[in-house]
Formats: sequence, C-alpha cells, structure tokens
Amino acid sequence: MTSELDIFVGNTTLIDEDMYRLWLDGYLVTNAVALRVRSGILEQMGSTAAVLQSDTMDRYRTFHMLERLLHAPPKLLHQLIFQILPSRQALLIERYYAFDEAFVREVLGKKLSKGTKKDLDDISTITGITLKSCRRQFDNFKRVFKVVEEMRGSLVDNIQQHFLLSDQLARDYAAIVFFANNRFETGKKKLQYLSFGDFAFSAELMIQNWTLGAVDSQMDDMHMDLDKEFLQDLKELKLLVADKDLLDLHKSLVCTALWGKLGVFSEMKANFKNLSRGLVNVATKLTHNKDVRDLFRRAVLPKSVFSVCPLPRWLPTPGPLGPLHGHPPWLPPAPLS
Amino acid sequence: MPGKLKVKIVAGRHLPVMDRASDLTDAFVEVKFGNTTFKTDVYLKSLNPQWNSEWFKFEVDDEDLQDEPLQITVLDHDTYSANDAIGKVYIDIDPLLYSEAATVISGWFPIYDTIHGIRGEINVVVKVDLFNDLNRFRQSSCGVKFFCTTSIPKCYRAVIIHGFVEELVVNEDPEYQWIDRIRTPRASNEARQRLISLMSGELQRKIGLKVLEMRGNAVVGYLQCFDLEGESGLVVRAIGTACTLDKLSSPAAFLPACNSPSKEMKEIPFNEDPNPNTHSSGPSTPLKNQTYSFSPSKSYSRQSSSSDTDLSLTPKTGMGSGSAGKEGGPFKALLRQQTQSALEQREFPFFTLTAFPPGFLVHVGGVVSARSVKLLDRIHNPDEPETRDAWWAEIRQEIKSHAKALGCHAVVGYSESTSICEEVCILSASGTAAVLNPRFLQDGTVEGCLEQRLEENLPTRCGFCHIPYDELNMPFPAHLTYCYNCRKQKVPDVLFTTIDLPTDATVIGKGCLIQARLCRLKKKAQAEANATAISNLLPFMEYEVHTQLMNKLKLKGMNALFGLRIQITVGENMLMGLASATGVYLAALPTPGGIQIAGKTPNDGSYEQHISHMQKKINDTIAKNKELYEINPPEISEEIIGSPIPEPRQRSRLLRSQSESSDEVTELDLSHGKKDAFVLEIDDTDAMEDVHSLLTDVPPPSGFYSCNTEIMPGINNWTSEIQMFTSVRVIRLSSLNLTNQALNKNFNDLCENLLKSLYFKLRSMIPCCLCHVNFTVSLPEDELIQVTVTAVAITFDKNQALQTTKTHVEKSLQRASTDNEELLQFPLELCSDSLPSHPLPPAKEHLESASSNSGIPAAQRATSVDYSSFADRCSSWIELIKLKAQTIRRGSIKTTVTVEKASPVGDGNFRNRSAPPCANSTVGVVKMTPLSFIPGAKITKYLGIINMFFIRETTSLREEGGVSGFLHAFIAEVFAMVRAHVAALGGNAVVSYIMKQCVFMENPNKNQAQCLINVSGDAVVFVRESDLEVVSTQQPTANCQSSCTEGEVTT
Repeated sequence: MTSELDIFVGNTTLIDEDMYRLWLDGYLVTNAVALRVRSGILEQMGSTAAVLQSDTMDRYRTFHMLERLLHAPPKLLHQLIFQILPSRQALLIERYYAFDEAFVREVLGKKLSKGTKKDLDDISTITGITLKSCRRQFDNFKRVFKVVEEMRGSLVDNIQQHFLLSDQLARDYAAIVFFANNRFETGKKKLQYLSFGDFAFSAELMIQNWTLGAVDSQMDDMHMDLDKEFLQDLKELKLLVADKDLLDLHKSLVCTALWGKLGVFSEMKANFKNLSRGLVNVATKLTHNKDVRDLFRRAVLPKSVFSVCPLPRWLPTPGPLGPLHGHPPWLPPAPLS
Repeated sequence: MPGKLKVKIVAGRHLPVMDRASDLTDAFVEVKFGNTTFKTDVYLKSLNPQWNSEWFKFEVDDEDLQDEPLQITVLDHDTYSANDAIGKVYIDIDPLLYSEAATVISGWFPIYDTIHGIRGEINVVVKVDLFNDLNRFRQSSCGVKFFCTTSIPKCYRAVIIHGFVEELVVNEDPEYQWIDRIRTPRASNEARQRLISLMSGELQRKIGLKVLEMRGNAVVGYLQCFDLEGESGLVVRAIGTACTLDKLSSPAAFLPACNSPSKEMKEIPFNEDPNPNTHSSGPSTPLKNQTYSFSPSKSYSRQSSSSDTDLSLTPKTGMGSGSAGKEGGPFKALLRQQTQSALEQREFPFFTLTAFPPGFLVHVGGVVSARSVKLLDRIHNPDEPETRDAWWAEIRQEIKSHAKALGCHAVVGYSESTSICEEVCILSASGTAAVLNPRFLQDGTVEGCLEQRLEENLPTRCGFCHIPYDELNMPFPAHLTYCYNCRKQKVPDVLFTTIDLPTDATVIGKGCLIQARLCRLKKKAQAEANATAISNLLPFMEYEVHTQLMNKLKLKGMNALFGLRIQITVGENMLMGLASATGVYLAALPTPGGIQIAGKTPNDGSYEQHISHMQKKINDTIAKNKELYEINPPEISEEIIGSPIPEPRQRSRLLRSQSESSDEVTELDLSHGKKDAFVLEIDDTDAMEDVHSLLTDVPPPSGFYSCNTEIMPGINNWTSEIQMFTSVRVIRLSSLNLTNQALNKNFNDLCENLLKSLYFKLRSMIPCCLCHVNFTVSLPEDELIQVTVTAVAITFDKNQALQTTKTHVEKSLQRASTDNEELLQFPLELCSDSLPSHPLPPAKEHLESASSNSGIPAAQRATSVDYSSFADRCSSWIELIKLKAQTIRRGSIKTTVTVEKASPVGDGNFRNRSAPPCANSTVGVVKMTPLSFIPGAKITKYLGIINMFFIRETTSLREEGGVSGFLHAFIAEVFAMVRAHVAALGGNAVVSYIMKQCVFMENPNKNQAQCLINVSGDAVVFVRESDLEVVSTQQPTANCQSSCTEGEVTT
C-alpha cells in the first residue's frame, strides 16, 4: 500500500511557523521530518511518523506553491487562490525575505550575477547554511536589486512598496542593493570584524549624503549611484592636511561637534592629525571606480585608532555642525562649501 | 422580452504574459450570453488592463436567463495568428433573479483555463432588469429560491413544507462525442463545463416550475448530482424539498420562542386509531421464490419488491397503550387524516431535510434504504429520459414501502446517490422513516396552525424516539422497552437515522464519529455477469456494514446513530462500503448492552484464555469510551418503580438495576426473544479480524471530537474560529496480496491514517471538533482507492465546558425535583431545564415553539417482512436488523457490561451559548462551511445557490508537482473561484458547502491527469453576533468588496 496522492486544502491556508522556518532553511522533507520527530511532537499528539511525513510533504507543497507569489509580495496580497489572514501574509513575506548575517557578509558588495551564484556552494560550505537557503537569499537580493535598480525615489520606500517589507528589513535591503550596485569590497580580511549592521549603517548615511539623490531629487537612479562630482570635489580636502591653520580649525570644529558624544574622545583628539590625514588620503583618491570599491578597506587603514577602538562604538549621533552632519567621523567630511 | 442582462467589463489584473517578446499581453474580452457576443477593445501591452467597457446589454427570455450562464472569455489579441485564449469565467446569474437576493454581481473573478488553471483576475459588473411576466404557461420559474441547506434557512420561517421535488435531465457527454477526437482537450473540457452549466440551469428551472405548481416558493435541501455515465451519456439529477418560506423581518423573531416549558405538558400517547383500510398492503409475494430477470434491453434491473408485503402477520387492531389526549382527541384525528391524505396524495412523501422546525418530527422509525444495480445503456433520446426516471421511481417506491413497513408515512433525511464503474451503475437511496406533524404540511390553515402551535404543548423531548410501529406487529424483532424519559411509550434499544440530532433531544455525554469500512473482492466481469456478481455481493456487504456499525456503537457505549450515510462504491475488481454516522447516547433509549465474545471450541484452555483476554480488552474499551465521551446515564432509582407502568413485564424491567445480568430479562422478555448482550462469535479468522478491527480504531487525541452531523451533541460553546478543508488520499494496492482481509486492512488504515493526519494538522485549533465529516470513496482504477474528506473544524471554548461541569450539582437537584414530580403520577418531561439545554447554537431557528403531540398514531400497521429473503435483494435496514436479531438468538453467553456511575441526566447539554467576541474582524475573508450556520454569527441574507463544475487537465503532470501538486492546486483554485463568486454577490460566507464530486484520473506514463470537481453551497451574508450588538446596521459586504477592488492600484 503506497500513498499515491495525499493532500490537504483548507479554505484558510494554515501556516505553521516552525515548518515555514524549516522550509526556508532549506531542509529536505526527510531532514525536516527527522527534526520534527526529535522535537517530540509525535508524543504530544500521539501520532506516527507517517503522519508527520505526510504533513511535512503537504506543508512543503503549499510553501512551494506560495513561493511564486512571494517573489512579488503585492501579488500575495491580492491573489485569490490562497486565503491567508493578513497577519500571516506579513509573516510569510518578512520571513521569506529575511537573511542570515553570515550569508550576507559573504555576498555584500559582490555583483549579484550568475558568477556569484556559482560560488554559492562554497558560501554554503563556509557558513553552514544550506545551499537551498543560500540560493533563496541570493535570489531575493537579486530580485530586489532588479526591481528597484531603475526606479526613481527613495530606495527604502521603493523596496517597501514593492516588497511590503518591514521598515528595518527594507533598510537592510537598501544597504545590500547599494553595496551591490557600487561593488564596495567588504570581504577583505581586515574588514572581517565589521558586521553587516556596521556596513548597513554607513550605507544609509552614504545614500543620504553622497548620492545623486541627496543633492537633486529629480535625478534618475538617484539613491543607488554615488555623486561623481562630489567625489571629484573631495580632492580639495588635501588642504585640510596641508594647511596647518585649516587643520587646527577642522580639529576644533570636530572636537566641538563630538564632545561628549564619543567614548574615545580623548584618543580621537590626541590622534586627530593622523586620523585626519588618513581620512583625507582616502577621500582624495575616490575618483576611480576601483578606489571607490576599496573605500572600506582603506577607510579603516588607521590601525592605531581602530585597534584601540572598534568601529561600532564610534558611531555618533548627528552633530549640529553642517559639514559633519550625518557623517561618521571616520569618513571624510562633506565639502565645506 | 422579459429580461435585460447588462454586463460591464472593468479591468483585469495579474494576467499571464502572452507575448514572450515584450513580456506583456494585448488583452480583450468577449462577453457571450446565449448566442449573442460582445467584445471589448484591445488593451495593448499590459498585464493589468483597464477596459472600462460600456454596458453590454442582452435582451433575453427569462427561460434563457435561468438556463444559460454568462460566459466571459479573456483573449490575447494577435495581429497575425489566431487570438489566444487566456481563460474564461462562467457566471451563474440565477441569484439575480430572486427579488430578495443579490441585486448586482460585481467583483474580481479568477480567469480560469482548464489547462493552465487560474490566470489572473477580471473585474466584472452584472445586473439584470427583470420584467414581470404573468403568462401562466411560462416555462421559467424565476423567483423560486434554492437552498442547499438541509434545514429551514435561518432567516426564514417555514409556512408549509410541501414535499419532494425531483427532476432529471440527460445529454450526451461531449467528451465522448466523435468531435472530441479532433478538438483540443481545452475545447472539449470547455464544451463539457458549458453543457453541465446549461443542464443544471435547465434542471433548476424545471424544478422551480414544479415548486410553483405546488404553490411553493422555495426548494430547501436541494441536492444536484452528475452521473458521468461515460459512453452512455451525462445525467444531471436533482432532488429537494419544496417549501413555502416567509422571510423573517424583525430580529425579534429570532429569539428562541421556546421559553416556557410548561410542566403540565402531557404527552399524548399513541391515540391509536383503528384504521385498518388505509394501509392494507398489497398482495403478498412469496419472496423466496423471487428471481430477477434481465430485461432484453440491457437495462438490467435487480429490483427488490418485497417489503410491503406479507399480510399474514398484520392484524389490524389498534392497541392503545394509554389514554388518548382528551382535549385534542377529535381534532387530532382530523389532523391526522389530513396528514394522511396530504401525504397520500404525494407520490413520494420524502423530505431531503435533516433538521426540522420544532414539532415537525413526531416519531422516527429507522433507516430505510434501497439499492439497485443497473446496466447503463446509451440514452437514445435525451429529451425523454424515461429509463433513468423509471429507475429512480422504482427505488423511491421501494423506500416508500419500507417506510410503510415501519409504520411511517414519510421519509426524512432522504438522499440519493450513484456509483458507476464502466457500464454498471448502483443506484442508492436512503432516508429515515418517520411520522410527521401534519401542520406543516397543510395548505390553507397556516395562520391558525401557527397560533395553535404557539399555544399548545411544547415538543416532547423523547417523542421522536418512540416507535411508530405497533409493538405486537413489529416489522422486525427489536427489543422494546419503555422510554427512559417519559416511561409511557415504547422505544427500541438502538435507533439508526440519517437525520441530524433533533434540537430537543436529550443526549448524555458527547457524540463521536463512527465508521464501518468494508471491502469485497469481485471477479472482473462484463455486463450482465458483472451486474449479477455485484447484486449478489451487495446484501452481504450491507449486512456486514451494519454489524460493524452496531459493534462499534456498542463499543462506544452509545445507543443511537445520526446522520448515517452508507456509500457503496463499485470498482473493476472490488466493492467498497463505507458507512459514517455520529453515535450518541440518547437519554430516552436504554443503556446498550456490552459485547460478548464467544468461541466455538470451548475445550481448548489456551483458546479460552485468549477469549477471556479479548473480552477483557473489549470491556475495558467500553469503559474507557464511556469515560471519554462522558456517558454517565443516571441510575434508575427505586422510586421510579412507583410510576404507573401498566405491564408487569415492564415494571420488572425497570426494577433491574443496570448492572444486573440480562438473563432476567430473557426470562421476562421472552416475547421479544432478544437479549441485552451482543454476542460475537469468533469461530473463524474472519471474525477474529473483525474483533481486532473493532479495537484498532483509535479515539481522536484529547481535545478533539468528530462527528458527521451538523454539530457535536454535547458541545455548545463554539467559538467563531472555523476551518473548512478538503483532504484527498489515493493509495495504490499492491496487487499481490489482494485478499479480502488485506483489502479491509488497507482500507481501514487508509481511513484511520487520514483521520490521524487531520487531527495532527489541525492541532493548533484544540480544543476543537471536526463537524460534518464527509467521506467519499471512489475506485478510479483497478488498484487505486481514493478517499476524499470534507469537513469543518470548529474550536470551542474549553473554559465554558468546564463551567458546565460545575452545574452538575445544581442539575442533579433539579432532577431530583423532577423525579419527585414524577412520583405524583405526572408523566412529566424529565428535563425541567429544557430551556438552557438546547444543544444547538443556532437556536435562532426556533421560529415557533411548536408542539408535537404524539397524537398521530402509527396508523400504518407494520407489515411484516420475510427477512430470509434478504439475500435476494438489495436490502433495507429493516431486514438487516432482523437478521441481526437472529444471530443474537443463536448466541451463547450473555452479560451486560454497564458502567455504573450515578450522575444526573442531561448535563451534557447545558452549555452557555454566547461565543466570545471575535478579536479581529477579518476583512475580505469568505468563510466556507459544510454546516448550515456560522458559529458566533447570524446569517442575515441568503444570496443564492452556488453550483459550480470545473474540469482541470494537464499534460505536464510532473512539472506541476505530480498528482499531489496538481490536485492541491486545483482544489485551492476551486475554493478561490467559489469565494470570488460569493464575494461578487456581496456575501461573506458559503454555508452548506459540499464537494459533490471529485473525479480524478491520471496517466503518469503520459504525464497527464484530469480532474472534475462539482461543488455547491449557499452564498450568505453573515454578521458577527458581537458586531450585531454594537452596530446593527453594519454591512460586511462593503468591507469585503472594497478590499477586493483596491488591488488594481498597487500592482
């Protein structure tokens, strides 16, 4: 006796969160069944493994059918085939687009191309995330990228509108898209200690201040591409290091701005000259794409500083001063003009 | 020109990409009704076209309006080649033809293609302007309302229940026409869908005409079925109950009117009226000689004809077992005569209803069923479907005579079904023989009757259990006792019915789903030989199914079955029988005896040991079940002996405490020749198997209950959380070990596992009850068994359930007082608490508090039937029960196993009805339920019947996820289309939903599969009771539609 066909269709589509997680994590049916057996669910319900197998198969099939709709979340909301309660719809979408920290660190800044996709099995081995899950996450990044690539308006808003993600998740996706578009190098060894959150934070600030959109909201692709002119202008910053008066002025302005807001204020003040030089060096060389991609590697060059104080704690609240407004101190300030 | 149909095509969304080059679609729409077609403009390059068409107007006869569906086809415009069809929408405009139902159909409909499934959605608005047509020769029947619900719909009042209506239309199946060889599968499927749509429209119209003839205005319990007879054609048949319904306008009318159970209500016992002539049965037929012959026309019929015969045992003297009601005597006699004549006039006094207005049902006799095996032949003249009509007429005649044999003049809970395999067809009909209150059946005196009903006595709560037949001339040897409730009338020891549990019945504990499952191998054969083989097997199957049911019922410690449905399915090489019912413990019926097993070789010591071991297991199971289902019947106290029991025999019966051995009874009750205990002889391996299978049925996990009736007896505190579902399983049998036993085991496992899966799947809803569990078995191929289950899971509030247990004490006090009153020789209703103990949540249906006087005598003398003839016939229950009795008589040892637990009666029924307020209003959600009500909500409007037929076919089975993926998607799509239609009508729920057919065929080698699904139900608007209190005027439809329409903006 073999089961040829075994289905369960409810008027309201039931979503089992645990099963959804297992499916998203890329477990095969057999593995998922084994995991569930271990969880002791059978004893609770006095059921058999066959029942579990059938249930798992059925849920996986449902998820598989939903997946097509999850690729365009607004479709999930307006489709008529599966009647899903709104709270459950939100959960489905949010979980589907959630990603693993370990995975995103591997892919961040890489071109979302077929080439990268081929490397996914390596990433899977390194991170211990199943290949299936890696593929889903990668495809999500790519899908979001494709959709918002050519769009006008705020990156976060666009993502939120087209993928119905929560605010936080949409911001994260904006960072991923921004990094992928500008191909910032994040994989180097010396950048390993930085978390995705760190990059996402800087991405957000860069989007706000360095992109075309930050200057002129009528431009195309405004929140994806860096403002080339701005980068050119950064060359002028040489003065901040070359001219002693300006250096002092800069120092006093920065110190005023950051006073009381920085845990490592004294170290910063003591090392200001070195720091400033390092940063200006980075800033003045942002004219070539290659250098732009290398931004993060070079920005964290001043070992002396970062060895004392890991980057995240530097993160300031925006100061009252115009030039520094919104910039992390380890990035070159915007032109003083 | 009696009608103008207006259609507007607004927009489309989520259309599929039809042009690979641009990834877009140039869509336009064809709107067709009858022979007229309109087209919209082509909306270029968009997957979300906005046509915003003008109003397309069709001027049509109302006959066409009823028959034809509106057909909307979405196409992709192609300049160079033929336009590609994207998909279609069929809209049944029937709901627009009633005055009170929907006024407009407007909303998003899934665009459906039989090959690709749903491909986007289309927004359509449909209206009808209907002109009055007073032509009395008209062929249309606009305005007659149809309900699938098998009870009087919640917001209506039954003025008159007229009775049975049936109709049948036949046609050639397009799938089998010659043209099918040259057309595409899509064209063939669409032709079929369209034809069935047309045929069901025509059928409905014809039934409507019959209703108008009877001066009714509605059909309740409308059941329409398709018989896909293959080569020989396509039959669409329908049955229903014609009624005159009144819309209840004021909400006050919903208040249960049953609030003054006047205590002095006296049950008028059988005022038996010697009425010898009315029902003298026909000439006796020597049954044993009966043979059947094949008619040359291949229309092979094996019709049993016997049940209304054998006069020899039918003395016609009335036996009044009590005083006739003094006050109502002559009046009642009059009424009875009226009923009699009212029912006599009817060809078939059948009712498809399963739940009735209070007081309608007077007595219930038992289940009557009839089957007949036919050979299909091509239908030569579709306009004259005489053969099929004649077949059904025969069956109905037989049912009628069975009912008569049970002393009943009517059949309720009536249904018909077929099972077809190749050219053999089994026609089945079953129902419950009953005696009805005449008032609902009468014309004319409506108002007066209503008044009377209100004034007169309340329904007796045990009345329906009392036997309608004469105890001296019982149609079968049953074991009668005095009713445990009123102690005045006789009741049988078990009661099987096809109806729902009457609302006023007193039930102890909870009920449970009881299934009998059976397979029988059959040799493959052709035509007549095949039909003969099947007919020979049928009686044995029925007998065994009945035995199983009886055993399982006893094992559960219960004494009555409701909602019994027996399905016999015929396949190439086997027959399957599946009976489902809900077992309950009726307070009025005696405590069931235990099951006693006996071996044939008593000398063998180890064997004896084995037997006693088994016996112990069985006894344990019974005890466990009683606890599980909270069956604690009250111990009969000594005091009760004082009550006036006329016959000494009966007194002694009562003297016995329940635990006493029934030997005493055998001595006293010799006249009945039946013993309390139920003896199973295990003399061969078969029987052993049976015993084993009895014990293998696992009870549902804690927190779960299941039943196949509308609601679970003993649970009242439903919450509003419901989940309707369909589950399908197909297993392939390994052809090597096809023995009956292996087959039985496989089938049993299949059903048990399916149930287990359901419990597991729905565990998040605990505590919950699976209601209206409906199993359907089909045998699509040699070694395949397909089981389809549709049911609804409803959660209930455990806290409230706990509360009720607290009331035990109070109840027992109450009860004590009642007992005292009984001592005063007042034959009172046991339950002074009848007000709160109405077990049905939808107590709204207490439109009137009608009285049921048992004033109707079982006028029909039970005509006794020769039961030895059973093997000759596709038999009825009566005989099976008889047979059972014979076996019992042969039995060797007997003891009664009863769990003695003194506890008050009727406590299981008392539940607080108020549902907790629904936390979140689920906007835009369309609920579906096989029940006739929605817990925690009030149905405010019926929008019309939903009756849809879909075909889905694929030639890329593997790509669609195999058979499971294919069918899963299809069923989800069917649900979606039903919901969309309901939403477009302005409704937010489907009640009495039923999947009548799910025919699945696969050919994995060719990577192909095809499935046909037929569903129906009533579209309704409901309002949450909690909302109702706050804003009474709220229209949930508005929410629903707005949520549906906003979609176009965001995509």
